[in-house]
Amino acid sequence: MQDKHQDDIVSMKGLTKSFGAHHVLKGVDLTVRRAEASFIIGPSGSGKSTLLRCVNSLESYNDGELWVEDYLVGAEKRGEQWYEARQRVTAARRARIGMVFQRFNLFPNMTALENVTAGLRMVLKQSRREADDRGRELLDRVGLLDRAGAYPAQLSGGQQQRVAIARAIAARPSIILFDEPTSALDPELVGEVLAVMRDLVREGMTMMVVTHEIQFAEEVGDTVHFIDGGRVAESGTPAEVIRASRHARTSEFLARIR
Amino acid sequence: MNSVNSANTSLRIHRRLGPRIANAALAVLAMVIVLGMAQIVIGSGRIRWNIIVDYLFAPAVLNGVAMTLMLTLVSLLGSMVLGTVLAAMRISRNRVLETIAAGYVWFFRGTPVLVQVVFWFNLGLFLPQISIAGHSFPINSLITPTTAALLGLLLNVSAFMCEVIRGGLIAVDNGQSEAALSIGMTPTQALLRIVLPQAIRVIVPAAGNLAIDLLKATSLVYVIGTREILGTTQSIASQTFYVIEMLIVASLWYLFLVSIASFGQSRLEVYLARGLSTASRELPRPNLG
Repeated sequence: MQDKHQDDIVSMKGLTKSFGAHHVLKGVDLTVRRAEASFIIGPSGSGKSTLLRCVNSLESYNDGELWVEDYLVGAEKRGEQWYEARQRVTAARRARIGMVFQRFNLFPNMTALENVTAGLRMVLKQSRREADDRGRELLDRVGLLDRAGAYPAQLSGGQQQRVAIARAIAARPSIILFDEPTSALDPELVGEVLAVMRDLVREGMTMMVVTHEIQFAEEVGDTVHFIDGGRVAESGTPAEVIRASRHARTSEFLARIR
Repeated sequence: MNSVNSANTSLRIHRRLGPRIANAALAVLAMVIVLGMAQIVIGSGRIRWNIIVDYLFAPAVLNGVAMTLMLTLVSLLGSMVLGTVLAAMRISRNRVLETIAAGYVWFFRGTPVLVQVVFWFNLGLFLPQISIAGHSFPINSLITPTTAALLGLLLNVSAFMCEVIRGGLIAVDNGQSEAALSIGMTPTQALLRIVLPQAIRVIVPAAGNLAIDLLKATSLVYVIGTREILGTTQSIASQTFYVIEMLIVASLWYLFLVSIASFGQSRLEVYLARGLSTASRELPRPNLG
């Protein structure tokens, strides 16, 4: 932890992960600072989503170090030793990390408001009224206050993803993870979701975004990491990585998706 | 054939009579066959309808109905508990628990319920007594036609219920539990508060069919002398020789009970389907009244 910067919220050192014989992450070094919008781009199957899912323990890692704020992911400290984290420790940590999924994953049997307040009510044990007040405020922020009583099936994909973002930020997390948040949307609905994300960046929310929206990364990103073959091939500002990529693989990839 | 209607600028599509005549002919034919069969049964003059009316609500028959209901309800409720435990074992990461539950399902689903009922009834033949906590009980005092029937039905239907519940849990998209975990729920909370309520929707139709099958399967236990609907009506028939009439009495009761069960099941499904329609209409009120 000696070379760990005070402002680092996420810091990975030599992170590896394999599914059986398939090595997905082959030693990833990457840091995310407080209030930074960090974009992760790269070809499909390069391990971007796996990397993101390791941060909130939806995926375990095999080797290397993964720090979030002051703890080692998947472990808890007793005395001087790190032990496997108990389920409720992991759960409490997850509550401090928001996550937005490619396929929204809203709870279909709950209204938009109930989805947003689910964590407040069921995890943070807030009263219904307190949670509802906060929930309405959040729905207003994503422009969906008038749809508070609608069920996910009655909302468009873009609206569902905005509700999902409201749910992810409900508990005031220290970081939000976006796993290809616009990949499952019809093209005309992408803009409304990006607009909400842009607002979050302006408010200084720390975020890690896996996406194929290169233009958006260029516009709002503080850092861009290009992942290829389970490693970070190139990191830097959007200008450095996207406009003046030093690696052939990066320019090849950018040329293909533009 | 389409032709342009001169009085109207739109195209007019003329009806064809052929398919309609064929449909009507088929309907008439089907009705003739059904009425003919009804005539054979009812018109035979051999069925004493007044006997059916006399026995439909006879105290002995009503006792049989009560016994059938008791066997069904106790087996059903018991199977929900045992089935949930077995399903949880089957999806657990503990290989021993998983194998035991799989073995249970394999055995109890793989042998006929009638064989199981007769087996439990004859348990005393190889296990004359059982010791629990230092006390010894003779099996023959524990195994009566009723307890043997209950054991056989409950253990059998639990195997099916386990599969129904497991199917429901698997049917819920994995993204649901991931979303639940991501907002800070523990795995147990995610299962109970997010996955299970959604699984219920898949479980209810299948469990309803299971309940209806079970209701009728209770008739099998009459072979060990349990006094349920078929048992009581058969014993009346053997004393009075009203064989067909008593079978009709039994059938009427089964039909009545199954109809009530089906009605309850469909109301429950409507209630559970709330939030699933894409229409932004007023949603069904969450009460069953």
